[in-house]
Amino acid sequence: MTTRLIAMVIASLALAACSGRTPLDAHAADAPHTAKASAPAFEPPAESTIPAGPYGDMVRLGREIFLHTRKAAPAYVGNGLNCVNCHLDAGRLADSAPLWGAYGMYPQYRKKNHHVNSYGERLQGCFMYSMNGKAPPLDDKVMVALETYSYWMAQGAPLGVKLAGAGYPRVAEPAKAPDYARGQAVFGRDCALCHGADGQGQKVAGEYVFPPLWGPDSFNWGAGMHELDKAAAFIKANMPLSRGGMLSDQDAWDVAMFMDAHERPQDPRYHGDLAATRKAYHDTPMSLYGTRVNGRLLGAQPAR
Amino acid sequence: MRSRRWEGVVAGVWLALAWASPTNTTTAQTLVGQGNGRGAPPCQSCHGADGGGQAAAGFPRLAGLDAAYLHRQLDDYARGTRSNAVMQPIAQALSADERGMVATYYARLPVPAKAPATKPVDGPADDAGPTLATRGRWSAQVPACEQCHGPGGVGVGASFPPLAGQPAAYIEAQLKAWQQGTRRNDPLGLMQHLSRALSAQDIAAVAQWFAAQPAGSDRQ
Repeated sequence: MTTRLIAMVIASLALAACSGRTPLDAHAADAPHTAKASAPAFEPPAESTIPAGPYGDMVRLGREIFLHTRKAAPAYVGNGLNCVNCHLDAGRLADSAPLWGAYGMYPQYRKKNHHVNSYGERLQGCFMYSMNGKAPPLDDKVMVALETYSYWMAQGAPLGVKLAGAGYPRVAEPAKAPDYARGQAVFGRDCALCHGADGQGQKVAGEYVFPPLWGPDSFNWGAGMHELDKAAAFIKANMPLSRGGMLSDQDAWDVAMFMDAHERPQDPRYHGDLAATRKAYHDTPMSLYGTRVNGRLLGAQPAR
Repeated sequence: MRSRRWEGVVAGVWLALAWASPTNTTTAQTLVGQGNGRGAPPCQSCHGADGGGQAAAGFPRLAGLDAAYLHRQLDDYARGTRSNAVMQPIAQALSADERGMVATYYARLPVPAKAPATKPVDGPADDAGPTLATRGRWSAQVPACEQCHGPGGVGVGASFPPLAGQPAAYIEAQLKAWQQGTRRNDPLGLMQHLSRALSAQDIAAVAQWFAAQPAGSDRQ
């Protein structure tokens, strides 16, 4: 089975070298043809400039929801995560899929659901998959607040232009196919300090300080972070906190593979047939869903 | 009957062992209150009878801190990866067992209920303290202190000690020690690395902010 995985990863790397890769997506790693030095830079406005009054109040509410999603939008969150776990600095940090890099790229056609998505629908996807929860209605105050916060942060940015620092920067293809055992060693060395030896994060007074990386309180099998290239890209640029860029490319791929080879909540689009769900939504070597790793069929016994 | 006889035997053996080896008779309470008679003064002379520390002198609270954290600090003083003119000779004067006993003793003490050690000084409307504490300065790759030390700095697990209610002078001294490399026992070099991005004013401001936070009454 390891052989099969290696074959898959090699195949995927070959694919990645071609131009027809994933569509432009705030959560996708940069496609090679967009990762150009010519991408314009952008600096989001200082938080001190959020105005007083009802508009500013909505911006601040959006920021609050972004930082403390579980507390501020409990009806729509089904796990232990907050938006800021994967979008550092309240969604402001370059190379951490900042909101200012995503806002101006919508509406956008997405392969994930085969239609043109508004920014609101893209946010709904975060709630369904990354937050393992429910999509807030588009006119819900939670959505209005998050869109207002994004809009405020993106003011002055060009529309429909891929900005430098948007998304997560793609990590170069690894010399060796991502490997569970090597990833486990990286995890123990550089990740377990915060995320725990069991990857389940650490809590204070019942709330997560360090987020769980798999298991019932983590993102589900439909989230972008379960794909190896996206996880490697996020990890390489941002982990460990304050030491982004510390890991080698190989370490980032290996530890991404280790993280994403663990069970997590089921993909909400699953309707009883793992292979069919894989074929419909995860037909990429970057997803381990529905494949066997170390003898375990991933997605067959989802965490709950 | 049988179990009671066993209890007697166990107690007898215990007493004999205790009698035979003086170091084993040293209780944590003796160490804390009287020292070990081999160069380690009583801990409480600086850290307080309740383990609450002394804010004015910058002596930190030990009560309620994680046992493994405290133990590692004493070991690191002894081996020199944490430098301090006062604590190094003391840690070296304690045996390895005694360092563990003291750490366990303080970890079990309740966090003393008292007003925050210091109030933030009334000064310029500089919000560097709360901003660094709760949001960080990501432009310089500095995360919010709370992201590792927990909300309000109450501390997380064995590696991220509480900052809440610790003396401002203590927090400030530690940040400077990380900067200067006199303290280098941080996992993954996290504190040595990020402290270099902070100015003296940043350090003073963030130390004052945490000193004024309530010391984890709702801590797990």
